[in-house]
Amino acid sequence: MAKLVSLAEGVAELVRDGDTVALEGFTHLIPFAAGHEIIRQQRRDLTLVRMTPDVIYDQLIGAGCARRLVFSWGGNPGVGSLHRFRDAVQNSWPVPLELEEHSHAGMANRYVAGASGLPFAVLRGYTGTDLPRHTTNIRPIECPFTGETLTAVPALRPDVTVVHAQRADRAGNVQMWGITGVQKEAVLAAHRSLVTVEEIVDELEPVPGQVVLPGWAVTAVAAVPDGSHPSYTQGYSVRDNDFYRAWDAISRDRDTFVDWIERHVRKAEVQA
Amino acid sequence: MTDYTADEMMTVAAARQLRDGTACFVGIGLPSTAANLARATHAPNLVLIYESGCLGAKPDRLPLSIGDGVLADTADAVVSVPEVFNYWLQPGRIDVGFLGAAQLDRYGNINTTVIGGDYTDPKVRLPGAGGAPEIAASCREVVVVVRQGLRTFTERVDFVTSVGFGAGPGDRERLGLRGGGPRTVITDLGVLEADPATCELTLTRLHPGVTVEQARAATGWPLAVADELATGEPPTADELAVLRALEATKKAAA
Repeated sequence: MAKLVSLAEGVAELVRDGDTVALEGFTHLIPFAAGHEIIRQQRRDLTLVRMTPDVIYDQLIGAGCARRLVFSWGGNPGVGSLHRFRDAVQNSWPVPLELEEHSHAGMANRYVAGASGLPFAVLRGYTGTDLPRHTTNIRPIECPFTGETLTAVPALRPDVTVVHAQRADRAGNVQMWGITGVQKEAVLAAHRSLVTVEEIVDELEPVPGQVVLPGWAVTAVAAVPDGSHPSYTQGYSVRDNDFYRAWDAISRDRDTFVDWIERHVRKAEVQA
Repeated sequence: MTDYTADEMMTVAAARQLRDGTACFVGIGLPSTAANLARATHAPNLVLIYESGCLGAKPDRLPLSIGDGVLADTADAVVSVPEVFNYWLQPGRIDVGFLGAAQLDRYGNINTTVIGGDYTDPKVRLPGAGGAPEIAASCREVVVVVRQGLRTFTERVDFVTSVGFGAGPGDRERLGLRGGGPRTVITDLGVLEADPATCELTLTRLHPGVTVEQARAATGWPLAVADELATGEPPTADELAVLRALEATKKAAA
């Protein structure tokens, strides 16, 4: 049964220096508040895993939490570049960032393999691209039945996966709906998991299209209202597109970025 | 109506490329605008598929990202990300994939990863692959929408993120890529189509008021030009009105 914790406790217990950490959420349900807590607790040398690094990893990278990034698309959706990500790759600021780069289909299948307890996943993908030349864990594999050459990618097994969801009950059963991305797979692939939710309720009323993560498959749950902002939580909030646009200017310059993190993350008032 | 921009012409030309009733895998930005324009004009039954897992989305305004709530709210089904790639894209169920490009070569190979330097120390780090490599591999056909210029239309792409026709005829078959590849490239200057025999992108249509010389000057290789070069129709008053109304919803959402 999942333990109910505060966000600070959850991050302190489950996210350690040097860990491989996946914060998932596909545009929707991105666990921003948990990312900010990781910055406040000054985690270092993390291997950050995420299909779309988005603004959340731009912040973690700029704050110096990451040593390595495993990803498939690193942009600010609909806006442009992630400037902290680019600065880390092009200028090693604030610390060098190693990349392990995949495609979305490859990353999704790597989580599926991790959740399934398999060492690797098979897909039709990457063939003919330059990705396998630089990402050494993309390998050809022959189908034992047809002889066809397909592509294998290794399972992702994060030390800890963090996701955000709409609700949980007091037993830690987690309910999410809307665009649920790859979160179920990412949680089940991980050794430990932390789920932040908008609210903890006595009873989970069924919702069409819901995904339920049973409490016994989750390590800890923390109530963090609006914990996905500037991403959104369907039924609770709308995406703050203005912030995503504003991030372009905030993140372009190192000093502006450092100042923003200082004021809005490190010194932010946080619920205990 | 005669007053329109080159980008509007490009978007309208891209929208016209989409046939009613087909399924289209839509990336954010210009492809999403074009697909929604098509759905609001000549292709009301166009099926929009977003990689966030929204199948058959019917947004009444332009989403800023591929995962905006309006896509989930209006979709026929919302599926997981592994499902959208494994069950829907990979088996070849999707008719058209719409892609952009930072660099493109004469065989429609696309780079959206790095420019200049080398991979570990590039001059410009771009977002990377996303869904594009498998969209380029598995959709029945691919339409590339991109502004034409020397920095984009390059003799050689610095990195092959998504495969077009590789080094020429037979390469897609040799690589086992099942989709038809980038048959059409729509730019702000005109339309290029892959030659059935050589696979080379060939200028087949110019937008009104554009010259062959302009297209050649914006291409980083000796551009093949069709013997019978057509001139496209300018945007109709209806197309422009719908496009501008869609663009206004993007600003209103800001």
